[in-house]
Amino acid sequence: MTSVEALAAGPLFGLPLPELWFALVFAMLGTFLFLDGFDFGAGAIFATLEEGEARETVLSAIGPFWDGNEVWLVVFGGALFAAFPAVYANLFSRHYLLMFGILGALILRGLAPEMYEQRHDERWQRWWGRSFIAGSVLAPFLLGAFAGNWLAGSSRSFTLVGIVVGVTVTALTVVSGAAFLRLKAADALPASVRRIGLGAVAAYLLSVVATLGVLAVRLPAGVEALLTAPVIALVLASVALAGGYALALRRGANLAALAAAAGLTYGLVTVVALLMYPSMDPAAGLTVGEAIVSTLPLNLMSIGAALLLPLVATYFVVLYSAFSGPISAGEAY
Amino acid sequence: MIDPVLASRLQFALTTIVHIVFPVMSMGLAPFLIYFTWREIRGGDAVYEQLRRFWTKIFAISFVVGTVTGIVLEFEFGTNFAAFSTAAGELFGGPLAVEGMMAFMLEATFLGIFVFGRERVSDRLYMISSVAVGLGTWLSAVWILIANSWMQTPRGYEVATENGQTVIHLVDPIAAYLNPRFGFMFVHMQNAAVESVALFMAGVAAYYVYRHHVWGYPVEHVAFWQKTLKIALVALLLTAPLQVLHGDLYARHVYETQPQKFAAMEAVWDTEAYVPEYIFAIPTDLSQLTDPRAKELFGFGIPGGASWLASGGNPNAEIRGLNSFDSEAPPVAIVFWSFRAMVGLGFWFILLAFWGGYRWYTGELFEDGLLHKSLMASSLLGILAVELGWVVTEVGRQPWVIQGVLETSEGVSPGLTGTEAMITLTGFAAVYTAILAVYTYVIVRLIRSGPPDEADLDSVPDRRPESDAAPAGVSDDD
Repeated sequence: MTSVEALAAGPLFGLPLPELWFALVFAMLGTFLFLDGFDFGAGAIFATLEEGEARETVLSAIGPFWDGNEVWLVVFGGALFAAFPAVYANLFSRHYLLMFGILGALILRGLAPEMYEQRHDERWQRWWGRSFIAGSVLAPFLLGAFAGNWLAGSSRSFTLVGIVVGVTVTALTVVSGAAFLRLKAADALPASVRRIGLGAVAAYLLSVVATLGVLAVRLPAGVEALLTAPVIALVLASVALAGGYALALRRGANLAALAAAAGLTYGLVTVVALLMYPSMDPAAGLTVGEAIVSTLPLNLMSIGAALLLPLVATYFVVLYSAFSGPISAGEAY
Repeated sequence: MIDPVLASRLQFALTTIVHIVFPVMSMGLAPFLIYFTWREIRGGDAVYEQLRRFWTKIFAISFVVGTVTGIVLEFEFGTNFAAFSTAAGELFGGPLAVEGMMAFMLEATFLGIFVFGRERVSDRLYMISSVAVGLGTWLSAVWILIANSWMQTPRGYEVATENGQTVIHLVDPIAAYLNPRFGFMFVHMQNAAVESVALFMAGVAAYYVYRHHVWGYPVEHVAFWQKTLKIALVALLLTAPLQVLHGDLYARHVYETQPQKFAAMEAVWDTEAYVPEYIFAIPTDLSQLTDPRAKELFGFGIPGGASWLASGGNPNAEIRGLNSFDSEAPPVAIVFWSFRAMVGLGFWFILLAFWGGYRWYTGELFEDGLLHKSLMASSLLGILAVELGWVVTEVGRQPWVIQGVLETSEGVSPGLTGTEAMITLTGFAAVYTAILAVYTYVIVRLIRSGPPDEADLDSVPDRRPESDAAPAGVSDDD
């Protein structure tokens, strides 16, 4: 048997690869939502700051990181495409205009910080500042709306589920953003950042409650889908993490606050993943088992991911340790 | 109401044509930046730090704009070409996913260090970062071209019908992904990127050199611009001849594997032998504009040239005409003229390279005003040639999205309406025009303000106590 035949014969080591890729795709989405989430949150907090030095500080804080953070969205998209092409195609084409809204927001958000620093005159910076804020708030809201529609099996661009999930995700990015900015620049930014973080975590908990209420009514599987042990456990854990976050932020344990925000993000994504399994695309009636690619490409991709993802993790460790600690005064973008 | 198929094709064409500018800039700049960083770290001449800092800014902006426009392309496969994505996801999605994990991640994370970290990390890690960024840009092209070359010359697959849908299965990954076309595309694309950036650098530098040496204006950082011109010329001398030689082999491969595209490139309708290579052709009236060689008023061609090109030396070789294919012909005029313009530019770049090299040899590189003006006028022509090359490749393979397997019209999302497609097409036309305008504006501003002053370069302490650095202000005129 040639190696190709062996790879086509069955899943590597008999692993449940479709389920693993389902988990991996959501893990990538969660990583994007946490890492780029604090960039988005920083963009929202940027809106509350006076033009001038404080805004420069926010841009310097996220400057070295956000390119790498955003790549997780590309990796999520690529992995979904590669492992579940039918879901990718159905989902994206069904939410056609919403997808382009997300792209537009990401374009605004991506161009703005780079452009903002190109000229030091007020008008130019005011406009790119606005574009940065608009992109940073719209992107997580629309991504949340997309996830909500996906979950609810809807084909429309805006649904009640989508809107509440959108608000939840946006609040969550502000939670992460406040912790990140406190960590990187507590001295250079006003104390209002901490209050914003505390307000955002309260708003997050409220919107989670609202989301659960709406989901109980609108989910195809109904309220039973929510009343499972893992979902209940995750919701309770989130409440505890939110409390921990507030406490940590008050005490100035900013790294702990950021870790709590990470926990909240992965918790939210895990709940969504649990609600979606095994019917991965309810509107198209596709389950994980039906949507997965055939064995040979699945095995090849699994080998690729097993080799590459540890490398990627290394890059991030190198990057974040090169820029660890608070940014120093006057560190330029 | 516009047809969703046409709108999707136009939208994909528009977004690709704009997007490709930025990867060309970053792929082409990458080897220069690695070289500048290496010379800067080795120490000795402050001009390399100026070069590294100046061109890094342009790289960083190109990367950001490339990222935002690139995400659009990835998503468009799902939004506009869902039927293609469902059918071919198994072969096409894998390379895209690996591109993200292997290449894009490498580039984006180390770019953070490369742009912001000069003062924070050791010389060694800084050097590694510049190589990692460059490697990332090139690996990105590897995986994108693996995916694209498979669509041009598909191999290693099997077509099946499942639940009434066409699904293409991967059966031989080596055949599919190490497709011979990939090699041609990769060499042609990477060399084109370096050549385009060399032309861009040469044009920008020629402007300052011309102002200073020919017009006699005082110009700041003359040594910097002189150095830039010389480095760009070296790169042009290396890449321009290779591009045309290699392009010839590539065209032959197209003749062998995509005869319909080759026939469109030469506008050959009826199968014939001893086909001339038309340099240009003028149709009898405007209604014939879409087909340059039907009822031509005047055509000028090299006898047997196209046959010679196709076969690699036999002027009597037969070229299969467009009429002999079952599928509809690609838009012939676009392919025919794009091919000619690209090849013509390729020869012009060789001429420029030799001209510049000769003037350098005779010691008159900074005095030849006509050379400077030609370089200035050609600074964007490399990028234009890349665009034309992609038009030949992508328009030439129509009506196929996967050559011989799936037509483009069969790949479009089934539920897509003309209204939706029109909304996004219009939106993109506006947004992408704005992006190009802002990008151009920012790049022009950076070029106008020039490199950082040498006095500002003391940011990083010289870590080599036994440095043989030349005194400031003395240029290294090798």
